[in-house]
Amino acid sequence: MRRTKMTTRISAILAACALIFAFVSPPASRADSKLRIMTATTDLAALAQEIGGEKVDVESVARGYQDPHFVEAKPSFLLKLRHADLLIVVGLELEIGWLPPLISQSTNPKIQVGAPGYFDASRFAKILEIPTGQVTRAEGDVHPLGNPHYWLDPENGLRIAKGIRDKLSEMRSSDAAYFAQRYDSFEQRLKQADEKWLAEMKPYAGRKVVTYHRSWPNFAEHFGLNVVGYVEPRPGIPPSPQHTVELIGQMKRDGVKLILVEPYFDLKTPNSIARETGAKVVVLMPSVGGEKEITDYFKLFDYDIAKLKQAFDTTK
Amino acid sequence: MKRFSALSLVVLLSTSAYAQEKSSISGNQSPPSAGAAATAPEEVRIRALEEQVRTLAEEVALLRGELKTIRDTKPADPTTGTRLLLASTRIEPGVLPSSTSSTAPPIPAPEPQLAQTQSYGGATSNAKLLNPDISLIGDFIGTAGRNTISPSRSLELHESEVGLQAIIDPYARADAFISFGETGVNVEEGYVTFTSLPAGLLLKVGKMRAEFGKVNTIHNHALPFIDRPLVSNNLVGGEDGIDDAGISLSRFLPAPKNWFLQGTAQVYRGDSSDVFTSNRRQDVSVVGHLRLYRDLGESTNIDLGGSYARGHNTAGVGTTFDPANFLTNLYSADATLRWKPLRRSIYHSFLLRNEFFWSARDQLSPLNVFQTQHAFGLYSDAEYRVNRRWTLGGRFDRSGRATNASLTDTGFSGILTYWPSEFSQIRGQYRYGHLWDVPNDRYTNANEFLFQFLFVMGAHGAHPF
Repeated sequence: MRRTKMTTRISAILAACALIFAFVSPPASRADSKLRIMTATTDLAALAQEIGGEKVDVESVARGYQDPHFVEAKPSFLLKLRHADLLIVVGLELEIGWLPPLISQSTNPKIQVGAPGYFDASRFAKILEIPTGQVTRAEGDVHPLGNPHYWLDPENGLRIAKGIRDKLSEMRSSDAAYFAQRYDSFEQRLKQADEKWLAEMKPYAGRKVVTYHRSWPNFAEHFGLNVVGYVEPRPGIPPSPQHTVELIGQMKRDGVKLILVEPYFDLKTPNSIARETGAKVVVLMPSVGGEKEITDYFKLFDYDIAKLKQAFDTTK
Repeated sequence: MKRFSALSLVVLLSTSAYAQEKSSISGNQSPPSAGAAATAPEEVRIRALEEQVRTLAEEVALLRGELKTIRDTKPADPTTGTRLLLASTRIEPGVLPSSTSSTAPPIPAPEPQLAQTQSYGGATSNAKLLNPDISLIGDFIGTAGRNTISPSRSLELHESEVGLQAIIDPYARADAFISFGETGVNVEEGYVTFTSLPAGLLLKVGKMRAEFGKVNTIHNHALPFIDRPLVSNNLVGGEDGIDDAGISLSRFLPAPKNWFLQGTAQVYRGDSSDVFTSNRRQDVSVVGHLRLYRDLGESTNIDLGGSYARGHNTAGVGTTFDPANFLTNLYSADATLRWKPLRRSIYHSFLLRNEFFWSARDQLSPLNVFQTQHAFGLYSDAEYRVNRRWTLGGRFDRSGRATNASLTDTGFSGILTYWPSEFSQIRGQYRYGHLWDVPNDRYTNANEFLFQFLFVMGAHGAHPF
């Protein structure tokens, strides 16, 4: 008898708990009227900042020096996502390993997949390396929808910025003129900068390079580099001795002088390849924030192009 | 089809209009009496008409282009979830004139991305359209050595777990994990999660692993070891654990800055392995969980939890006592320290986890007296990722038995994991156990070597952190 009473008592306590959950903390009221934007990566954050200016608060989940394929879905990100008005993602399954649980646990209806606050930047970009024919994991960690490192082409940056402008104007129509003006200014500055970058890279057009991961197809296409091989035998598969030997042979045959490595990969294999072939290892930054000085989208290309120029000049 | 008929209508109209103009022009021109003064406005009119025809022709071309775009993009929409975006925003071709040789055609050409998606990715995207993410995880385990207390088979396909995961509608997603074992099929989990509730609530309904501590929530294939800790087997229902049909409600709770606090309350039917048994409909079991988390830096974080579970057991069934009075109360506390340097996250990481369990089980003593048996158990494990392919781990186990707390089993394990890729892993584990042998009434030692092959097919959704 005593036990039955206890059962009811406990059920009552639980029900009370549920109610307390629901009402104890009403959604935090927002003093400022800034739009809160969360992005998957720092590059998208940089673009959103360009357009949103002081009307938005932008934060990225991943850091610029982190491998965007392998981000941990830490609960601390949930605290940020739950109040976001807009979530901008890279898409093309880049974040498939960590973003879906964050979104579904965020308890934020605005940023659920398909909701108005969910923004897939890949929708606006030119996508390369969409696999043809059968797609299997014999090819490694392939992205069936195409290469997700598309932000490394200024043209795509501009396309995404335009999409962000339209989205922000839709969300805050009162500030549409402000966003349009910021976009126009960004477009003008980016075009100028791009002319400069292209001019700087022109002397090295068609140069052959090897990269660690397939992070650079858009960059290579835009700036006229020729990527002829990869340190990874397949995307996402660590270097194997056999592949490394083949790569060394190929680099010697083709006269490849540069190995481009992302900041989150181990330099042991690239260095040993460099020793064998006389090539130079260059750590290029695929994302804003990869180094402290890369604080925006322009500085990302400034940094990478300066590094490349320097490397090309010293490996003639 | 509608588009097509509209298009042909425009073409028809434009041609007939053109013909009419022509005939009227020739008609006007035929009378030679018309003065020179009249020809000037006539010519203006003709020019205006020509202009009109040209606009019409352009419009036809434009419509044709659009039709082509529609045809091209229709089979190519790869992710259903993002359709809204596509509809609400217009995509335009690249606009940096300086960079590439501008090939902007007079009519809006299909966006390169879409065209490419159509020609290459179409089949794959189509196959996935509206289908859930489907995966299968094979878990093959082999055991060698001596264990007389809980012997396992020499070789077995321990489990094949099929996962089906999808977004149901704008308000919910669902996950189902069906496990095919050596002895039968079991819906390990199958629940819907309502993601868009007011007041920051997260509601799950279905069959699920209860939010009781850490190891209870983890699927077999995601465990850091081949087996579960001794304490899981002794106190918390073994491999299946507390896994039952029920309703779960959780919410973020107010916490000091930078702390994450989440509370979860769950109600289950009350049937979970040998832990809880529901003898009557009202014998539901309840689970409560509090989780406290904090980043200690960008690489290090600490994760603390406290859990409580309560349900009925079978100890009173078939006795003179009322079975409804026999309850099992479980308490657990867990602490996890994680370290993973962001710049080298795929090469190195470290995890240290401790979990403590207390069980208070109502039962009858050998003298048929109602008593509550208080048992305690714990495990402590550490894992270190040495490089991209190898992980080392160790675990210490100690646990009393739920029905007789004075019988304490002890053990330890060492494990080595090799990862050919993200989608497969090969493991070897050495396991020592100092276990109570009930029939012989003494302790006995178990020394075993276990190995495991795990492989993943398809798209298996990420596991919660």
